[in-house]
This record gives sequence, structure tokens and C-alpha cells, in this order.
Amino acid sequence: MNPLAKFIDELQEVSLLLWNVVTGLFRSPRYPGEIIRQMDLIGVGSLPIVLLTGFFTGGVLVLQTFPTLQYYGVHNEAGRSVATSLVRELGPVLTALMVSGRIGSAISAELGSMVVSQQIDAMRALGAEPTKKLVAPRLIALIVMLPLLTVAADIFGILGGGTIASYIYNQDVNVFVSSVRSGISTEDVIGGIIKPFFFGLIIGGIACHKGLSTTGGTVGVGRSTINAVVLSSIWVIIFDFFLAKAIQSVLGVGVI
Amino acid sequence: MFSSQDTEDVVVVEEERLEPVDLEDAVDEPDRIQSAIEFRDVHLAFDDQVVLDGVSFTVRRGETKIILGRSGGGKSTAVRLILGLLKPDSGQILIDGEDITHFTEEEMMNVRKKIGMVFQEGALFDSLSVYENVAYRLREQGVIDEDEVESEVHRMLRFVDLDDAFDKMPDELSGGMRRRVGIARALVGDPEIVLFDEPTAGLDPPTARTICELAIKLRDLQDVSSIFVTHEMNNLRYLSSEYATVNTDGEVMYEKEGEKLCLINTEVLMFRDGKIIFSGSDERLRSSEDRYIQRFINGK
Repeated sequence: MNPLAKFIDELQEVSLLLWNVVTGLFRSPRYPGEIIRQMDLIGVGSLPIVLLTGFFTGGVLVLQTFPTLQYYGVHNEAGRSVATSLVRELGPVLTALMVSGRIGSAISAELGSMVVSQQIDAMRALGAEPTKKLVAPRLIALIVMLPLLTVAADIFGILGGGTIASYIYNQDVNVFVSSVRSGISTEDVIGGIIKPFFFGLIIGGIACHKGLSTTGGTVGVGRSTINAVVLSSIWVIIFDFFLAKAIQSVLGVGVI
Repeated sequence: MFSSQDTEDVVVVEEERLEPVDLEDAVDEPDRIQSAIEFRDVHLAFDDQVVLDGVSFTVRRGETKIILGRSGGGKSTAVRLILGLLKPDSGQILIDGEDITHFTEEEMMNVRKKIGMVFQEGALFDSLSVYENVAYRLREQGVIDEDEVESEVHRMLRFVDLDDAFDKMPDELSGGMRRRVGIARALVGDPEIVLFDEPTAGLDPPTARTICELAIKLRDLQDVSSIFVTHEMNNLRYLSSEYATVNTDGEVMYEKEGEKLCLINTEVLMFRDGKIIFSGSDERLRSSEDRYIQRFINGK
């Protein structure tokens, strides 16, 4: 199969999986307990790495940009610089990449192992739909938790930036906070929350599809896991560009 | 279930005579005329590889069909088709007379309620205890009365003689115990049809014997229709020559068929490269002069 045909085939498979999840939501049984469990695993479980990533990304942004801003005499705008970068771009994208690495791989490996050990077949034989029982809870949990994790990463990023500005460059905290407040708008925040919603869909859709289509035993599980992380990370970055453009057009974010 | 003669003569069971005998028995129970499973000219291929090539067979009510064949011959695929886990390219599959060939996943859910499946390695859910594995079907069917769930789970675990293991996790069980839990899980809800997909593969002979005894017990005491996929001749010997009875103390006894009684509820199918090359009784199989069959039976 040539790469284009393979791409279209995969796209069709992921779309079909997502469609089955959506239509399945209107039919019983539903698994609220499993959704909560996945939210805990995906959301609470990913919180430490997301907070650390946010904090140090904010810190390094200020560390690297402050001297340049100082050179141009606008170092009082360091807060604006770090907040805008984080809320619009780095917060959503880095959070999605971290979650893709941690959760995308876990989902793909778990579902892949279940496929090769016939647990998925057993589940179907026992009257459960894997799409509803396994895919839907993970997808819902990702869609709900990723925006929340992104907000947490943004806050800790700004905190990290403020810490570096204050302790290394001796900037007054009030100046930094005031710069942050004047730098980000409601549209920025809305745009920054819309993105992770789609990223959750991408990570969940690709990871679940790759896991469920695993073939070739344990080697196949490893292959699916790699493919899930690589593909979801790439698609997060590609989709980020188009989402940024769409948000720019619709909400006017970033337009001077 | 059994055919016995008033005379002391040995009953010679031949495939051609099975139909009329069953139809006679079925007069009092019209439902028994209908086959439990029927394949009609089923074809299936994955890309260029033909897996099933015009497969037709019938499993009557209360009958056990032993499917023999080398690995890759299409045996397990046939079982997966019955559950609707795969769809055939052409042909028809009927369960209880109902054509399920083109059933959707949702429609298949009702069909699957009638079927229990024992997977090759047990296929237990790693994250669930033995108790929860066995209770899985009940939970999916929305049974919320915990007393009902508990009594059914313990009943099934007692059936496979594993009542003590209910709180263990699958990774704490031996291979044989995993298969037995798999059988208990498959039997929840008292399915009319049970499919065994190489349930004794990789097990030591005594444990394999235990699994076969469970299949015999199901066939003879619970009137379950079943398909037993295997490539081990010992399994064929047990299933086609022994039957289960209950003695006066309520204990299950396994006896060999003999002059008084001959099993007619067990037949053999042999698959080769996606085709059925033999269908009939184990006696006919053993007397077959086909070189492939002889090599399979004798292992040389």
C-alpha cells in the first residue's frame, strides 16, 4: 500500500473509531466509573510532569528573553512575553506532548496487549463493546483533562517565569504581574483552552486506534506504542498550526 | 444424548445413521431438530491467503464437534466466525436457525448471550480478580444484585473446582487454573453453546484431562452444544469415548463407552488448508486410509 493510500486508510479508521464513540454515547450501557478512573489516571496522574514542564518552560523563557528585552529597554514586558507564549502556544502544545508521551503510549500498550492476549475478543464475546468500554472513557477523560492540565501548566509557567525574573534579574514582582495581566486577553485564554480539546481528541483517537489494530504479538505492541506516540506528537504540532490560524481568524488572537 | 439398544449388540455408529436417530428423538422436542450451529459454504480470505474455503458443517443440539487440524488450518477462525468476531467473505452462518452472517455488532450482542467461549490462553482480564472475571458477563448484562452475582460466580467456580481461587489475580494462577477460570467465565448465564479454542494447548496431561472432563460434563449433564478445537489426539480419545454420569451419591463419574452404550453426540471434523477433509465419528476417522489423516493421528 502506498503512503497516501495508507494515510487515507488510517484516517478513515480513526474517524470511524471516533464516530463509533460518539454514537455509542447515546446507547447504554455507559461506564461513568471507568471515565472517572481514567480522569484520575490521565489528569491527576499527569499533573506532576505537566506542572514541572510548565514551571521550567516559563523559567527558561524569562531566562533567555530577559537580556534581549533589557537590551531594547522593554524588560518590564517580560511577564507579557512569557504569558503570551505560554497561554497561546507553549502551554497547550507542551502539555499535549507530555500527555501524548505518558498517556498515548500507555493507552496504546494496554489496548495492544489486550488485543494480542485475546482479551478484546473475550470482552466482545462476553457482551461488552470495546469501543464503549475502553475507548470512550479514555477519550472523554483526555478531552476533559487536557484543557485543565493546560491551564495548570500555564499558571505554573507564569509562576516559573516570575520566579526567575524576580530572583535572577531582580525584577519587582508587581511589575512582572502587571505585565502578565496586561499581556493576556480573554481571547488568548479561550484559544488556549480550545486547542487542548482537539489535542485530546488527536492523542486519544490515534493511541486507541493504534492499540486496537495491533498485530504481531508482543513485538507488535511495541510497534503500536511507538507509532502512537510519534504520530500523535506530530499531529499535535501540525494541528496546532491550523488551529492557531483558525483561532486567529475567528477570535482575532495575535492580530495587531 | 445417548443412543442405547435394547439388545446387547454393540451399536455401530456411522455418520449416515445419525440424522434419522436424532430426528426420531426430536419428536417430543421439536426445538432439537434445529441445529445449534450451521456453516453453509463459508469462504474467508485475508488478502491472498485463503483461510476457509467452502466450509459447511452442522452442530446439532447437545452435540460436541471436535475440530482437528494443524495450526493455521482455519480451526480457530471458524470459531471466531461463530461469535461474529470476524465476518465471512461469502456463505452463511446460522445460530439456532438464525442467519447471523450480516448481523451488526449490536445485533451480535444478543447472539453472544447464548454462546460461551473458552480462549486458547484463557484470555482473562489481567486487571480483574478471578471473581470479577467470572462476574464480567453479569455486570455487562446489568445484574446489580450482588448476592445474585456472588452465588452465580461461586456456582461456576465450583463447577471448575476453583472455588478457593476467587480472590486471586490472573497472574497468580497456573496455566491450567487460568483455563478453568476461562471455562467458568464462559459458562456464566448457562449458554446453550460453548466454543473451546484449543483449551488444552501447552498443558500437562492431567490438567488437559481435567479440561476435557469439564467439556464432557457440559455435554452429557448440561446438554450443551459445543465445538472443541484441538490438535491433540488425547483430547479426541477422551471426548469421543467417555461419558459423564452421576452416581447415587451425586458424584460425577466418567465411564467409557462400551457394549451397553455408545456415544453418538460427538463427531469429528478435520480441517486442512481451510477445507474440511473429514467429517464423521472417531471410529471412521481412525479407520480412514487418507495419508494426511493417518499422519495426523499417528504423528508420523
